[in-house]
Amino acid sequence: MAEVLHSAPKISSNDGVRDTLASALGDMLVEGFEAHGEIVLHVKRDRVEDALRLLRDDHAYQQLMEMAGVDFPQRAERFEVVYMLLSLTKNHRIIVKCRASEDTPVPTVTTLWPNAGWLEREVFDLYGVIFDGNTDLRRILTDYGFEGHPFRKDFPLTGYIELRYSEDQKRVVYEPVELPQDFRQFDFMSPWEGADYILPGDEKAAEAPPMPTVDKPKVTEKEGDSGSDKTTADKAAEKKAPAKGVPAKKAAAKTSSAKKTPAKKPAAKKASSKKPAGKGKE
Amino acid sequence: MSDALHLEQSPTTGDEVISNYTINFGPQHPAAHGVLRMVMELDGEIIERIDPHIGLLHRGTEKLIEHKTYLQALPYFDRLDYCSPLCMEHSYVLAIEKLLNLEVPIRAQYLRVLFAELTRISNHMLNIGSHVMDVGAMTPNLWVFELREDCMNFFERISGARMHSAWFRPGGVHQDVPLKVLTEIGDWVDTRLPELFGDAMSLVMDNRIFKQRNVDIAIVSKEDAIAWGFSGPMIRAAGLPWDLRKSQPYDVYDRMNFEIPTGTNSDCYDRFMVRVKEVYESAKIIKQCLAEMPEGPICSDDRKVSPPKRGEMKQSMEALIHHFKLYTEGFHVPAGEVYVGTESPKGEFGVYLVSDGSNKPYRCKIRPTAFSHLQAMDFMSKGHMLPDATAILGAIDVVFGECDR
Repeated sequence: MAEVLHSAPKISSNDGVRDTLASALGDMLVEGFEAHGEIVLHVKRDRVEDALRLLRDDHAYQQLMEMAGVDFPQRAERFEVVYMLLSLTKNHRIIVKCRASEDTPVPTVTTLWPNAGWLEREVFDLYGVIFDGNTDLRRILTDYGFEGHPFRKDFPLTGYIELRYSEDQKRVVYEPVELPQDFRQFDFMSPWEGADYILPGDEKAAEAPPMPTVDKPKVTEKEGDSGSDKTTADKAAEKKAPAKGVPAKKAAAKTSSAKKTPAKKPAAKKASSKKPAGKGKE
Repeated sequence: MSDALHLEQSPTTGDEVISNYTINFGPQHPAAHGVLRMVMELDGEIIERIDPHIGLLHRGTEKLIEHKTYLQALPYFDRLDYCSPLCMEHSYVLAIEKLLNLEVPIRAQYLRVLFAELTRISNHMLNIGSHVMDVGAMTPNLWVFELREDCMNFFERISGARMHSAWFRPGGVHQDVPLKVLTEIGDWVDTRLPELFGDAMSLVMDNRIFKQRNVDIAIVSKEDAIAWGFSGPMIRAAGLPWDLRKSQPYDVYDRMNFEIPTGTNSDCYDRFMVRVKEVYESAKIIKQCLAEMPEGPICSDDRKVSPPKRGEMKQSMEALIHHFKLYTEGFHVPAGEVYVGTESPKGEFGVYLVSDGSNKPYRCKIRPTAFSHLQAMDFMSKGHMLPDATAILGAIDVVFGECDR
């Protein structure tokens, strides 16, 4: 980023931090980059605990402020587990992340920070990422007995189960979600910028037969040549010549009568000569 | 432990005696500050273990935000910590601005800081009042709620809503503040706030009963406070002068002159006193904002992000198109990820925003302040009496709208 215009929290300079940490992490690091003023370090999943221990002990990132799960269903390892670290002494923040899928456990960091317990429980609850070594991996935010992982992208926003108090049974009952109206998802994306549907009518374009392939493209010798054969050219010349003469006028009269001309045109003709006007009455 | 307290003899093995028993604290308990269920294992009246069960107010805010445009998602933040709504919006708008690299006019930055501090006062009035009431005193709560009501009236006069203001917007604030409101805030900070708050606190601060209930309760060492991810008044009470407004200033906090109150003993009384002192510091910041605030625009003039004025729309076709596009499609945010943490009245409130370049956030993770504090409830309460749990909980300052999201 060239120049910082925003007024978001200002931390210590990022200069050289990425390179220092990247060299310290060595082969634990998959990728490290800096974007939007954030240093993001992508580490290998099975080395997460070692990497974070190194960052905490040797590089003074004392606090684990936050853990987030992110779901990218199109990837082979669909989940990202993101750790937000804060250094109180250096006044600096970094983001560390690793990738995981449903059946690849991530090593726990409860050994490093006690508050990771709930944060890992949350990621497990909402995404179904398993944390190896977390002794208390229960659900945390969803209901007792909830099934599924609701923040996955393929989990519908409305969910599957709804609950209500039943006056008949005098208790809370769980039922499948029934919506009187479909959930309305308005798509305001411009069709020119990445809407993922086909505009009405566009499907026909795909069905049109492909243009026939030509071995030798037909090219005229002179620039004035229209490219048509001689007979067609002669016919065109014939038509051009009498266009200025009488038949053209006749043709015009014919068309006007055939159309059952509105009052204006004949009225104008009346003023100029009587004969055509009588003709028009016929 | 005397034999008289043995409540239950194991029916199977004669030699195994269960003397501890388990009770539910909440979910419907006035001192639970909302819907918190704590499964407590007690040895007589001594707390052995606490397992807080949260999530009873989980609404899936983060998932809902993924289905809304950036602007439509903003009002969800008011409903997180409904005691300090504007501070919740602050993190979110700053995160969007960081991704967009959007400049905010200086008057808007002042207005945001001014009302974030007014929100802090409003929040602390609620927390101080309820903390005092949790340990038995009635009167101060009624007095400080008067002040909270005043704050609510100010919010209503600037945004039209007492609580769910939705007043901070990406690029600035929604509407300018009438001069009359600013002068009245100035008068209020100079006269009514110190008088009424001073009176209320004079009943509490040196009160013998209040001190007996709070001093030396739930002492947390500096090391523990760091390891458990404490922030806000909880970490300051532990003696660490860590305040994001000072260390990582955002908006115009770097121009403000204020102190960071810290505790010495790191107990519930220190946490309470840190909040009391913070109210006076917030009043100082408000006064500086009122004195220094320049005239000028209150929202970015980047029409691809912030909508044009009504009057402009009546004159200009382009303004009309911008307005239409902003309120249907919304604006697009460049792909990337940012984490922005601000100093909310309860601690560090963070937003981790992942954008895929479209008009909706791909992922918006909210860092609630209560998560790490409430998690520490177990080790903080260990060995204390059952009634101390309410004091500890009051000193944490939890709001479940934010904790459960």
